[in-house]
Amino acid sequence: MTGAVAAEILTTHILDLAAAGKRLDGRGPDDYRPVTIEPGFVVTADGSALVRVGETVVVAGVKLEPGKPFPDTPNAGVLTTNAELVPLSSPTFEPGPPQPGAIEVSRVVDRAIRAAEAIDLTRLCVTPGEKTWVCYVDIHVLDHSGNLIDAAMLAGIAALAHATVPAKRFELAEADYPLEVQHFPVECTFVRLGDSIVVDPSFEEEQAAQGRLTVATDELGRVVAMQKGLVGAFSPDDVRDVVRRALAHGERLRKMVQGGKA
Amino acid sequence: MPPGHRPGHHRRGRGDSSSHPSGDRILVLPGEELPSQGLKPGTGTYRVGGKLYASVLGLLSPRPPFLSVVPLSGRYIPKAGDTVIGTVTDCQTTFWLLDIGAPRWAPLHVTGSPWKVEVGETDRYLHVGDAVVVRVESLEATGRIGVTMLGEGLGKLEDGTIVTVSPARIPRVVGRNGSMIQTITSHTGAQVAVGQNGRIWIGGSPEAIQRAREALEMIEEHGQRAGLSDRVESYLVSTDTTDDRGPTRPTAETAHRDAIPHELPPPAETEGDLEAEPPETNDEDY
Amino acid sequence: MGSVGAKDVPVLLSPEGLRIDGRRLDELRPIRIQAGPLHQADGSAFVEWGANKVMAAVYGPREVHPRHLQQNNKAVIQCKYNMAAFSVDERKRPGLDRRSQEISKVIAEAFESVVFAEEFPRTSIDVYIEVLQANAGTRCAGLVAASVALADAGIPMVDLLPAVAVGKVAGQIALDLKKEEDNFGEADLPMALVPQSGRLVLLQMEGHMTPEELSQSLDLGVTGCRAIYEKMKQALRDRYTTARLPAEGP
Repeated sequence: MTGAVAAEILTTHILDLAAAGKRLDGRGPDDYRPVTIEPGFVVTADGSALVRVGETVVVAGVKLEPGKPFPDTPNAGVLTTNAELVPLSSPTFEPGPPQPGAIEVSRVVDRAIRAAEAIDLTRLCVTPGEKTWVCYVDIHVLDHSGNLIDAAMLAGIAALAHATVPAKRFELAEADYPLEVQHFPVECTFVRLGDSIVVDPSFEEEQAAQGRLTVATDELGRVVAMQKGLVGAFSPDDVRDVVRRALAHGERLRKMVQGGKA
Repeated sequence: MPPGHRPGHHRRGRGDSSSHPSGDRILVLPGEELPSQGLKPGTGTYRVGGKLYASVLGLLSPRPPFLSVVPLSGRYIPKAGDTVIGTVTDCQTTFWLLDIGAPRWAPLHVTGSPWKVEVGETDRYLHVGDAVVVRVESLEATGRIGVTMLGEGLGKLEDGTIVTVSPARIPRVVGRNGSMIQTITSHTGAQVAVGQNGRIWIGGSPEAIQRAREALEMIEEHGQRAGLSDRVESYLVSTDTTDDRGPTRPTAETAHRDAIPHELPPPAETEGDLEAEPPETNDEDY
Repeated sequence: MGSVGAKDVPVLLSPEGLRIDGRRLDELRPIRIQAGPLHQADGSAFVEWGANKVMAAVYGPREVHPRHLQQNNKAVIQCKYNMAAFSVDERKRPGLDRRSQEISKVIAEAFESVVFAEEFPRTSIDVYIEVLQANAGTRCAGLVAASVALADAGIPMVDLLPAVAVGKVAGQIALDLKKEEDNFGEADLPMALVPQSGRLVLLQMEGHMTPEELSQSLDLGVTGCRAIYEKMKQALRDRYTTARLPAEGP
């Protein structure tokens, strides 16, 4: 099923509003939609979180199981991230093998987790060259109302932050222990609407957008990943401004992820 | 069009509460046995063994000699005579395909347009993404929805924006004798055209559009509650910051007339005079 | 008992007739149903059933893709049942698997038996079921969620479809097996009922039962389905009934 075609007059209206500093849902250019994070949503996972960003809903589950390390990194654990843009979540998604959009979300989130060294992969190693923990981060989109990257990242990092290594179940230790997360990357996505660059795009804004820019930051104030998407362009000054805004939003969102943890 | 009928306000079953006798409406669910009282099965019902049952989730609507159930949810189900707003999703050689929010796309044949379109030249007049106001003319057993853009108040929409509500809410949006639409347009200064398919066009200043949109969102969310018109009116009055009291034309259904296209540039000269034939019904998928 | 097979088989039935989670043989697990939680879908439902968490969404009727699947005289009903990777104890690889395909097929056929598909020729009614957390009986939970989602989407049907699995634990016929009972029990019989006609549109069985046990299971399952039916209806009423439905006009 191809996605619904957006009416051009709606796109024009969104751009007209943006030129006046306004958005379809009444937000300002730098207003993020309400976010909720519910850790522990899925008990079969070793860590999980349900995240809402406006009407977008995403669930992430972390599962850890023993496996073999990669031959070229015998001392490191394995981390793999996968995002499923299931057809349940949007009329624009088709069943079948992952579409480019899903692959992009998976890789952008994975890159941020890795670059920030959210998990020290050497700590996952059990026996060098032989046995290590394999950490799967699986993200399942339930309702697509725009900005899947930020929602997926929040769900993924929140799931990791609340995860337990099932060492006892796999008879690798006396007791299960919390997965240690040492850095907390958070993504912040913007889209260009004419001359205006707005944060946390809704679905309609993504359809009208002329370029998308995602910036991942961590709690040390570092930029750890970036991705430009959709068709459009950003000047270096645009990028600087977006980075500044992403740091501010990142701070606020990160507090929500870490809320409940010491 | 018969006298006394205005586009966008036809009397039909879909939740049109103005044709319903007094008394609270009863919510029924699929499979629920209905008190038939000698009435015949209408839309939204089925009969088994002499008993009537609901087939959809909706409101019980006795409409003698029929007993119907009017759905409270779901996609727009087209009815001949409905005025609807659609988006062009494809340009074929002799027709455009419109997304009108129905189970199928609706083909708009070139003969149903005000232009003389040569075969294969459809995208010169309407392209993918254009919004249009059309009327449903025919519904065939194949599921084909025939629409036309010829007629008063029909045509391409040039500006403004489109808001979507559940089709079940449209009667509330219009109101009894157009009263709710009247409230919205007079308090906001916006122009509004209501499609029976739940698509509503709003034109005017950005502030007018925003306030009208908010009123429509309120109706979408609270459409089942009592006292809705008072609530909408008090919201509009409390947020009124303009002196502009709206257009002189009281009925919104024809207000979009101003947005109908003016002359489109004439097509380039071609050899001969190609007149497109209407499609054979077994030749089209639509 | 020796150390071979050291994983203990749990006590599935106590001398007092209580099951592993304290239920009686004819008791359902707690079920909570929410109609319409999703915004993008035409209809949706979320079911929490014991430790199962299942989301269902319906899109349609809408144009069929791919086109060649179109039927000239009715809507096709396409169902996709899928388990999230993290929904089970041992991570499930994303993607099609044969079990999910089979479940998708039997659920689609159950709905084909009750949906008035002839009203929408050349369209597709797409039913999606995502299992987020599994604890036995996910196809029944999925079917229940999808049935509520179909009603939420305004799809015309003969009736809602309550479903439940009956099984055999410790030699006794039991209603609504949970995971340990399913793993260590002797039979599993999922079924779906059309309350209006009293007929079954989904019926599968695995294990061993005598004909008498099967007959008993059918009766127990139908009783269980009728109880679930009430919950499904309540969930829909909760969503669609607000303060008061006005008599007429705005």
